[in-house]
Amino acid sequence: MPVDATAKPGRLRRFLDSDIGWSFCRTPAAWLSTMVLVLLIATAFLAPLIAPQNPHDLAQVFIDKAEIPPIWQAGGEWPFLLGTDPQGRDVLSAILYGTRVSLLIGIAAVIVSMGLGVSVGLVSGFYGGRIDNLLMRLGDTVLSIPTLLMAILVSAIFRELLPPGLREPFAAVVLVVSISLTNWVQYARTVRASTMVERRKEYVLAARIIKVAPARIMRRHILPNTLTPVMVAATLNLGLAILSEATLSFLGVGMPITQPSLGTLIRIGNQYLFSGSWWLVVFPSLQLGLIVLSVNLLGDWLRDALNPKLR
Amino acid sequence: MPAFLLKRLLNAAGVMLAVAFLAFLIFRFVGDPVELMLNEQASQAQRDELRVRLGLDRGFVLQFATFVGNAARGDFGISYRNQQDVFTLITERFPATFELVLVATFLSLAVGIPLGVYTAIRRDSLLAKSLQFVSVLGVSLPSFALGILFILLFSVTLQWLPAFGRGEVVQIGWWSTGFLTPSGRRALILPGITLSLFQITLVMRLVRAEMLETMRTDFIRFARARGLPARAVNFRHALRNCLMPVITVTGLQIGNLIAFALVTETVFQWPGMGMLFVQAVTFVDIPVMAAYLIVVSFIFVSLNALVDLLYAYVDPRLREDAISGAANAR
Repeated sequence: MPVDATAKPGRLRRFLDSDIGWSFCRTPAAWLSTMVLVLLIATAFLAPLIAPQNPHDLAQVFIDKAEIPPIWQAGGEWPFLLGTDPQGRDVLSAILYGTRVSLLIGIAAVIVSMGLGVSVGLVSGFYGGRIDNLLMRLGDTVLSIPTLLMAILVSAIFRELLPPGLREPFAAVVLVVSISLTNWVQYARTVRASTMVERRKEYVLAARIIKVAPARIMRRHILPNTLTPVMVAATLNLGLAILSEATLSFLGVGMPITQPSLGTLIRIGNQYLFSGSWWLVVFPSLQLGLIVLSVNLLGDWLRDALNPKLR
Repeated sequence: MPAFLLKRLLNAAGVMLAVAFLAFLIFRFVGDPVELMLNEQASQAQRDELRVRLGLDRGFVLQFATFVGNAARGDFGISYRNQQDVFTLITERFPATFELVLVATFLSLAVGIPLGVYTAIRRDSLLAKSLQFVSVLGVSLPSFALGILFILLFSVTLQWLPAFGRGEVVQIGWWSTGFLTPSGRRALILPGITLSLFQITLVMRLVRAEMLETMRTDFIRFARARGLPARAVNFRHALRNCLMPVITVTGLQIGNLIAFALVTETVFQWPGMGMLFVQAVTFVDIPVMAAYLIVVSFIFVSLNALVDLLYAYVDPRLREDAISGAANAR
């Protein structure tokens, strides 16, 4: 998120005056999707305060309020704006809580895979030779298996290896690990390519001559010069990570019903497809589509705005 | 050329070996195969007997070698869940997945190429711009959600098309096809569209980018100067020069489509390999999981190698680059 509403006016002014700020204001897709994202994130994280009920608190869920249609249909009932599910849970509240789960897992997965990929790329590009060969071959192998298949397998294996009592509490961690293990290669390749260029430059040579430790050279000197493409890839991958999480949860190898993400909600709704309760599946799907669409539009804009060739 | 061929094939073989190793690790260390195959009343003698029969008492390297040898002959063991031969299970399900992928590939080319050409030629028109936006939308909505929405609209509400299964199939040898019966063809429509949508947007964007690039070149300007009609310039000159990367990407994507079909198959209860795999994951039926991993990776890796080789064969410049590039990497 480039703009932070709480930033000091000075910083906001500086952002608006910069090239990228100008491009941001000129591109409706960019600021519209930012606004939508801010709104979605705010409502998701304020869910305990603004949601009509806590769908996980059994004291607030009443079974006699089951399968109420959305409020504008005959039989709709306040405060269940988007209706309720067969257990009497409010769909809107479930979506707000589910969005929080989906976003947290997506963001965590991007951060972990970025950290992993950037480290591998730096080491690989900086040292070259045998380490480089080994790491890149490993990356080739990961890429030679379809990503989705790999993520399902990793997730299924990790879950199986955990003792049964720990599977539900650690479901989110397993998802983050399995998405990260399949998504790091792209970052590694990008960073490796720029590192191989940077390490021959004079400032790196100078740092080496005065005996700066290699780890410090990589972190403090080379890393900042390789980050632009990484940031673009990270934004575009956030959409992908959220989609992967949703797909895994939909297939039943992701978040359990006790802490549903949007994918789990769609999975549950899918079971009631033929009973006429269309709102159980349509609204979570729309929310998921809206999140990924905004992230993708923002990523597309960022890629074009940071590409010097298109200026 | 022979050097490049050999190198590429060795590379593919290496990747397959790595995949086989992964499959072996899953098979050997996720749960104890003996515990999973016998029921609780089995005696210690029965356990030991099975352990020896499965070769689990032998050394690690030897076990892996046996695993690879068996896999190469199509022997992936017995499913834990229904005690059937895994390879037979997969070959039974393969035609369903293959026909679905075939339909999706056909749709992606038949719809994606014209849309790509149109958005490139009339790139400032309102329709082209909205198509561009719809393509971002298509990438953003996950295929399983789209599939469910299709079922809701066309099967539940309008009742035009079936929501699940393959319809009637005709058996030709070991192959079962849905193309020959009306209900089989109708059953293919919704899953085929669902699986192809992402692919259509991909082909469309690719054709558009390539067309825009080609339209800037001199030979197009010259063709225009010769007074050729726009149709001839656009399709006979420009489009033809764009098709190479489209064919490559389509070839490479078939492997991905087979993997992604498992989502579509789950949504539409389509009896293909993917649904078999998802069920295997739910029941921790490890031989089926391992076999599916190997089969899909094999298809994926062979397609990649084949496309690379064809490309090098067709485009001599690339061949030179590939060889010198490989030499530089040393």
